Amino acid sequence: MSSHSSYVPSSGFMRWLDARLPLPRLVYDSFVAYPTPRNLNYAYTFGGILGLFLVLQILTGVVLAMHYAANSAVAFGSVEKIMRDVNWGWLLRYMHANGASFFFVAVYIHIFRGLYYGSYKAPREILWILGVIIFLLMMATAFMGYVLPWGQMSFWGATVITNFFTAFPLIGEPIHQLLLGGFSVDNATLNRFFALHYLLPFMIAGVVVLHVWALHVTGQTNPTGVEVKSSKDTVPFTPHATVKDSLAMVVFLVVFAYFVFYLPNYLGHADNYIEANSLKTPSHIVPEWYFLPFYAMLRAITFNIGPIDSKLGGVLVMFGSIIILFFVSWLDTSRVRSTAYRPIYRIFFWILVADCLFLGWLGSKPPEGIYPALALAGTIYYFGHFLIVLPVLGLVETPKRLPGSITEAVLARTGGSGTPAGAMASPETEG
Amino acid sequence: MKRLMSALLAAGMLCAPMAIAHAQDAGASKAGQATSADGGAPSEQAAEKGQAEIPHYPLKEPEQLNWSFAGPFGRWDIEQLQRGLNVYKNVCSACHSLNLVAFRNLKALGYSDDQVKAFAAQYTIKDGPNGDGEMFDRPGIPSDYFPAPFANPEAAAAANGGAAPPDLSLMAKARAAERGFPRFIFDIFTQYAQGGPDYIHALLTGFGHEPPPGLKIADGTYYNPYFMNGPALKMPPPLSDGVVSYPDGAPETVDQYARDVAAFLMWAAEPHLVERKATGFVTMIFLIVFAGLLYVIKKRVWADTPH
Repeated sequence: MSSHSSYVPSSGFMRWLDARLPLPRLVYDSFVAYPTPRNLNYAYTFGGILGLFLVLQILTGVVLAMHYAANSAVAFGSVEKIMRDVNWGWLLRYMHANGASFFFVAVYIHIFRGLYYGSYKAPREILWILGVIIFLLMMATAFMGYVLPWGQMSFWGATVITNFFTAFPLIGEPIHQLLLGGFSVDNATLNRFFALHYLLPFMIAGVVVLHVWALHVTGQTNPTGVEVKSSKDTVPFTPHATVKDSLAMVVFLVVFAYFVFYLPNYLGHADNYIEANSLKTPSHIVPEWYFLPFYAMLRAITFNIGPIDSKLGGVLVMFGSIIILFFVSWLDTSRVRSTAYRPIYRIFFWILVADCLFLGWLGSKPPEGIYPALALAGTIYYFGHFLIVLPVLGLVETPKRLPGSITEAVLARTGGSGTPAGAMASPETEG
Repeated sequence: MKRLMSALLAAGMLCAPMAIAHAQDAGASKAGQATSADGGAPSEQAAEKGQAEIPHYPLKEPEQLNWSFAGPFGRWDIEQLQRGLNVYKNVCSACHSLNLVAFRNLKALGYSDDQVKAFAAQYTIKDGPNGDGEMFDRPGIPSDYFPAPFANPEAAAAANGGAAPPDLSLMAKARAAERGFPRFIFDIFTQYAQGGPDYIHALLTGFGHEPPPGLKIADGTYYNPYFMNGPALKMPPPLSDGVVSYPDGAPETVDQYARDVAAFLMWAAEPHLVERKATGFVTMIFLIVFAGLLYVIKKRVWADTPH
């Protein structure tokens, strides 16, 4: 988009349209001629996968909404009606429920890829922040969607999570009541959650447009972290990235289909097949797996810190664990973008990944015995990574020598020499 | 092999930080003790210790059985489902409702239209109001749902010692004993999704054991080490050998009854299970072939571009 457009309308009608609404030109420049670094690996395909899943969730969701009734008296039964009597209803619902899980699988890989290759560093701060906003919107959407089947875990999960807001002094109670439409989770809550669950995906789609726009202004990062220097470093988006993204999408769909068709309830909780009952509390209230690391951090704070009691402390830590992502661009002091050239940071990166998995496991455990203490250790490490490792390591670490360009790095690795064959596929010869 | 490797890798990744955290935890818990002493709440620690002594339920793990509907090519054993319906009708339905299953659904169990009609007609359904504003009783028709044995949950609880017998429609998906780490990872590859029927079978066959010495069983409850929420439950042992007669010659034992009714309840909870797995097989083949074709195209497109 920042580069000059190479679009040539191919027919009279397209010339006419181009002079009035250059939409085909926008699509051509963004998804056909758009130069992508030639050395992108499969970790870079998850952006496209996420786009696919957003569309999949909206399509299945719209059809499910035609059969679903957002009323606490009939919601549970209407979901079962979908499962039993609606044509292909079981498929739609299992795709939608597992689609949410795989949306989060993809977004976590996407986020960790960004952290690994320094995708948050200048000039891509806005791009990264827009991504964090999408992540927050996704979490809100997924949480409200989980309430809709009106099972036991829906109800009690909603009760526990909305209860966080009461931890805030003064504003907490009014926010809590506004969110619930009353004093406890009830029909009013279900109705507004359904309205918001239908609204938020379209807000996500809006922010995704900004996210892709920002991406196309700065261009993608790449595994070397060295910016594109010449047209030799890039290949046109179509067919190179198109076919590679498509392959990754279909492989990802294979895994998705495996769960939808063979293990559709593996990622859910058995208690959600019991209708919500405000008089019976499940023995362990656990959120969906993708919230477990945050849930573990929430429950890790079991002690008061001065005027902050343990409840508010836990809530602040939980929200802080996401808020901190907004500042990653400025917390990382290293001038080297890609972790591939930062041998010490690479170790810390993988410890962070393991820490998040560990916290996820702890989130599924009851808050008793040794678990809160382990969660506290994991939480301290999580914040330590962003507040200590990132700023300090950037100043003291000696990075490996960076390649002069993407092409140089590629040829050094593939053993090519002389004129790169890739020049054949570079934009000026194809576009 | 790759699956195994990746499972091991995942296990390793989880275990390594656990060891570190264990070491760190010694320090952390000391810090926690200091703060709680400041706050003057030593009783919290006592409570925590007390909690740790509460045994983990279920006391015994359900046995994993071979189900005809397990695995990627799972199919219903129609005769087993019919026997299970027989057990539900003659035993379970005295106390447990099956609200989400209609008589018309029984056609999936191999019954003809006429058989379903005759089956439905055995039930009395309360309908109405009629033109005079009166409720009336009529014989069931295929579009009716199984009538509940009690008018409301309160009546059900009052008749059963204070605990309402739960509806069984979704029981096979609403119960499952915990599968700790790392078993839940292996479950992905073995496609273990029969926790519900395994649990139902274990519970129904798990009565009659002597409770371990020292375990106090409340009056009006029955010890069952497979029960998920405690050492004993209010349901008395529902099955005994020979209580239901099987015309097809299957053994009339508690174990066989429990297997059959568990399979029947899996069908009741997930009537499209077989259709789902069959659709899945075709979908997987399509996606894998599609991925293969894309891989070939991708190879060709990138052939001249070192990357």
